[in-house]
Amino acid sequence: MNTRLIIRIAKALLVARWKQTLVAAIGVTFSITMFIALLGFMTGLNDLLDGLILNRTAHIRLYNDIKPNPNQPITLSKEYQNYHHFIQSIKSGSNRQEVYNSRAIVNALRKDKRVIGIAPKITAQVFFNDGSINITGVINGIDAREESSLFHFSDYVTEGNPLDIQNVSNSIILGKGLAAKLLVNVGDVVLVTTARQQQFSLRVVGFFQSGILEFDKVQSYASLSTTQKILGKPEDYITDIQLKLADMTLAPSLGKEYAAIFQTDAEDIQTANSQFETGSSVRSLISYSVGIVLLVVAGFGIYNILNMMIYEKMDSIAILKATGFSGGDVNRIFLTIALSIGIFGGLLGLFFGFILSALIDQIPFNTSSLPTIKTYPINYSPAFYLIATAFSLITTFLAGWAPSRKASKVDPVIIIRGK
Amino acid sequence: MNEGIVLLAQHINKSFHDPVTIPVLKDISFSINKGEFVSITGKSGCGKSTLLYILSTMDTDYEGDLLLDGKAMRGRTEKELARVRNEKIGFVFQFHYLLNEFTVLENVMLPGLKLGLHSEAEVKALAMDRLNTLGIQSLAMKNANQLSGGEKQRVAIARALINNPSIIMCDEPTGNLDKKNSLVVFDIFKKLAEENHQTLLVVTHDQEFANNTHRIIVMEDGRILDQ
Repeated sequence: MNTRLIIRIAKALLVARWKQTLVAAIGVTFSITMFIALLGFMTGLNDLLDGLILNRTAHIRLYNDIKPNPNQPITLSKEYQNYHHFIQSIKSGSNRQEVYNSRAIVNALRKDKRVIGIAPKITAQVFFNDGSINITGVINGIDAREESSLFHFSDYVTEGNPLDIQNVSNSIILGKGLAAKLLVNVGDVVLVTTARQQQFSLRVVGFFQSGILEFDKVQSYASLSTTQKILGKPEDYITDIQLKLADMTLAPSLGKEYAAIFQTDAEDIQTANSQFETGSSVRSLISYSVGIVLLVVAGFGIYNILNMMIYEKMDSIAILKATGFSGGDVNRIFLTIALSIGIFGGLLGLFFGFILSALIDQIPFNTSSLPTIKTYPINYSPAFYLIATAFSLITTFLAGWAPSRKASKVDPVIIIRGK
Repeated sequence: MNEGIVLLAQHINKSFHDPVTIPVLKDISFSINKGEFVSITGKSGCGKSTLLYILSTMDTDYEGDLLLDGKAMRGRTEKELARVRNEKIGFVFQFHYLLNEFTVLENVMLPGLKLGLHSEAEVKALAMDRLNTLGIQSLAMKNANQLSGGEKQRVAIARALINNPSIIMCDEPTGNLDKKNSLVVFDIFKKLAEENHQTLLVVTHDQEFANNTHRIIVMEDGRILDQ
């Protein structure tokens, strides 16, 4: 009964000053709208930029690094076992980049439930010959099907069919930048020279565009068997095993585990791309700060309007108190007013925020480095809407708190005598 | 304790402390019986309004004891006192203090809704009954700010009556009204006291008004001269 009465009085006071109320609510609406649109847009961009790298990067990469053998002859000596060894002019031992026993490793990993995808890969350093000019490049030997399903390879192939490298023998997909340098089109033949001075001619079946210009100037893709043929290696020659995990956050620990089991080097995505996480979190931080600043400004608006309302309504407060409303009741009346402004403005803000996000989502955004993106990216995560609602309620509550307290402390005697 | 005593003030003292201590009420003791129509008169600044605010429980900064319906008001919380005002005291002020956001009927109903003893429909019926008694039922649906001064004061009286208070306290109820409306208001009080045995305490400097009440308490310099 009491609550209903308080809401009724709050409503009457609100309606009587509906213009001021509306201004206050518009302040909240505006800030919530901007908060949602800003965060949605920023996060959308973050996702896009992270995706540029993260989507295409294996969670764990198993490979053999070129490095000196950790077991130098001195370490085998029993006599000097407990001594510190100073070894100078050490050289990297083997130049074999092959992952030993790759077939067994792949079979073992297929049984591991924590791994959701495996894509073998060969990287081969080559020269692309264009007349008298040699252009350094890299041929990635891949399984086009696995690569597409795990790392969105097909998204980046702008011309030709990615599966052609599998179906057409001695074929290659060139990076757009590389193709421009070589002045070739789909269907043309390029000549490559391996590090061992063997020459091959490969048919160009497509172009790809990754969004990273430097990458596109050197990279190209061929099938595993073609690459093995170029390098003169047997069928199970693989230099990298790329893994996609069910839970990406486990990558560092699983990487160490696999490195120990399979006697290879392992690189996890967090170590390889730590700079992206930092960039994303800083961008989110900026968006949140701007959003919160907007809300604080709206909060001051509410504070002002409530304060003014309390000065105008001194007589009403006095009479309410004289006729039996306690300070607590008066406090609740004004808090109800503040919170209704917050709820009303906040809900409208969520709505307009969604509309604005949807509008931004329609703006064309064509950039040569991002072939799959046609409009500005927006993230519609419900988390933003929840955070915005919580913030609008908290700010309006805080903004209403001081004026409400002041109203509850109004001494009716002073007001009534003062006339 | 005499059952007939509605209000009992014992040795009430009050001083203002700003900037220097000035005593405004000195050892005020009196009682009001049920159904009495009492007026307090005196010159401006004699402390009669101050006394009324203490008796109304709105001012708690005093020494001495105040009993309403036999219950001590000293040491109660602000919330309890608000309840006492809601239940036992009706107010009529010089300036009518209606809530402009509400209709006349709602203004009268508010203290009744706050008390929460009756449903909204019942409170509405009670409020209409009070408006009928005062002959202003036709104003029920008007907004408070559309009324004349005399009408507003009658609405304020109806509001004071809504919870069947033990006592109605008035601070210069006719101070802001013309002769004709003053008479109307006085007649209402007189009728309430005589027909409904409503206890009334009126602070006024209108000697003519005071002379027509049952008992006059005359104050001077914070003391009761005569009662």
